[in-house]
Amino acid sequence: MISKKIPKERRIILKNADDPSYSNKISCYLKRGGYKTLKKSLKKKPEQIGEEVLKSGVRGRGGAGFPTGMKWKFLDRKSGKPIYLVCNADESEPGTFKDRQIIHKDPHQLIEGMMISAFAIQAKQAFIYIRAEFFEGAKILERAIQEAKDRGFCGDNILGSEYSCDLVVHRGAGAYICGEETGLIESLEGKRPNPRIKPPYFPAVLGLYQCPTIVNNVETLCNVIHIMDMGGEKFSQIGKPNNTGTRIWCVSGQVKNPGYFEFECGALTMGEMIYDVCGGLLPGRTLQAVIPGGSSAKVLRADERFKGTLKDGSEFDWGIEDIPLDFDGPMSAGTMSGSGGIVVMDNTVDMVEAMANINAFYAHESCGQCTPCREGSLWMKKITTRMCSGDAREEDADLLLSVANQIEGRTICAFGEAAAWPTQSFVKKFRKDFLKKAKTQKRKKNSFQLI
Amino acid sequence: MNLSEETINKIDEVIPRYPEKRSAALMVIHLVQEELGAVNLEACEWIADKLELQPINIRELITFYPMLRETAWGETHIRVCRTLPCALRGSYSTCKKFEKKLGVSEGHVTEDGKYSIEFMECLADCGEGPVVMVGEQTFENIQEKEADAMADLILSDKLENSKKFVSYEKAVDSVLPNKS
Ligand SMILES: Cc1cc2nc3c(=O)[nH]c(=O)nc-3n(C[C@H](O)[C@H](O)[C@H](O)COP(=O)(O)O)c2cc1C
Ligand code: SF4
Ligand code: FES
Repeated sequence: MISKKIPKERRIILKNADDPSYSNKISCYLKRGGYKTLKKSLKKKPEQIGEEVLKSGVRGRGGAGFPTGMKWKFLDRKSGKPIYLVCNADESEPGTFKDRQIIHKDPHQLIEGMMISAFAIQAKQAFIYIRAEFFEGAKILERAIQEAKDRGFCGDNILGSEYSCDLVVHRGAGAYICGEETGLIESLEGKRPNPRIKPPYFPAVLGLYQCPTIVNNVETLCNVIHIMDMGGEKFSQIGKPNNTGTRIWCVSGQVKNPGYFEFECGALTMGEMIYDVCGGLLPGRTLQAVIPGGSSAKVLRADERFKGTLKDGSEFDWGIEDIPLDFDGPMSAGTMSGSGGIVVMDNTVDMVEAMANINAFYAHESCGQCTPCREGSLWMKKITTRMCSGDAREEDADLLLSVANQIEGRTICAFGEAAAWPTQSFVKKFRKDFLKKAKTQKRKKNSFQLI
Repeated sequence: MNLSEETINKIDEVIPRYPEKRSAALMVIHLVQEELGAVNLEACEWIADKLELQPINIRELITFYPMLRETAWGETHIRVCRTLPCALRGSYSTCKKFEKKLGVSEGHVTEDGKYSIEFMECLADCGEGPVVMVGEQTFENIQEKEADAMADLILSDKLENSKKFVSYEKAVDSVLPNKS
């Protein structure tokens, strides 16, 4: 599928990031109009900002795609307890590398977005929870916060508004589960990051220190500036209804030119992304499978057909290339856009090894609180690793499915699904490969070792 | 506990940032680990005391989080990404190459304490895999061949000034001095 026109990026969040004349210092950000929107927003009533965010229709960019304005509305303001804002900068979903670009290249955009959001929800204090592998990223943020403090954009009495909010950088320590918002909160409290059960522990009601807390992703919080800059109404016209704004898609795996690209939601299809934007597959290869939203999303087979009815009542009959890149497209195809991490696999990939690789990740990262997740993820890893070590059995495919099915829906947090969905989809869609493994016991020819 | 004054000052500066002392645990542990390389029982007790906690409250963190250590990594610690997007571009061979050249298997430290290798989960730079971190610096597109050259530079202590291997962090920061 080669279309003539290469879809054009629309960079709103990444407008400055890769400009060679731009740096992550405050002087550059100010020159390009930085912190003007904060100034403007501080003159509004906090509720008005919330209204604009609701109107914009913006959905969370961290994985679940929950409408941000709605999340802010759930905030328990009656309890009288202090309110906290936490930026989820844990970026740990395999295949995702967009927040890294913002943090390292345009940190002030995040700080401005956070200060507007903090004012909107009247937060007493704000935190950035950043994964510890971003050593330099944490330093860049600390320096940027100091620069912002020195100019009155954050800290005490922000720009003379009498609103004060301190911003603190907090480093994780290499655990994927700290990306899950309640695990993140436990970690920020100085404990093991064991996720909390919802209900009752919805962060907006019982979050950090059992106080109302908003947790939002880096990209989500940056969007708040642009919503306030152009107005919620105008923002809602970017992209498509229910899929507003731009999204930063991260493409990795076996394409010619992987990378991160910002497009209006729904502006292009999976096919255009792979073949036009990323230059297609390596010479002589064909497409085998795509994971569309980080490794937790269900895998798509290249020759599948996706049929059904869209929300607007229209029928669809898509091949993998036709799936629109927005929130609803991958959802209609039975998977999710998740964190926006698109992992491309060509015909050389041994799908059982790919499965074993993913299973090893979840087995390593389970926090261990729930028996189905702790034991199940480990068993799935053991089975697939054994299958790739010359000891595959015909009944393994069903065994894997049975383990995965016993995790899904039986755990405290959505990690259970994140671990089960890949296995369920790989085994169902590539069953032949799992059966073949039992016959040949060999890795597919010319395939990279994946476990 | 032999912590430098500088580290202790930093610790004293970090704790009051939080509404509750316990929240500072990870940040304090990082500071201690940066200086000592690891957080042993004695260090756990010291940190617990500092945060008005029980030693177990610190130890349970050390034993949970992958990046917290009870024993130190080598002077030069190499992290190779193992997760699918990097593996699809050859990270298993990358890791093996480092193991062979540095004479140590992943998860271990050379006897002289100089080098160590860790096969890590996703480092959030998957578009440029295989991704390798040397200390705090991230290097992109390190396939077997590049790993071979990189290992030589590490062994001769010349990676830092290499023109061939410029880290993501350096590339980002290099914008700073002349253009602001
Ligand atoms: C296992 C797991 C890992 C997650 N990892 C991340 C992450 O690394 N970064 C992130 O922003 N959200 C992550 N999330 C989603 C968060 O729980 C939360 O929904 C998100 O931070 C909310 O922000 P948003 O509404 O702006 O998307 C993860 C969720 C789960 C279940
Ligand atoms: S589902 Fe897994 S990661 Fe989530 S709380 Fe249970 S054991 Fe922990
Ligand atoms: S998979 Fe290697 S950086 Fe993400």
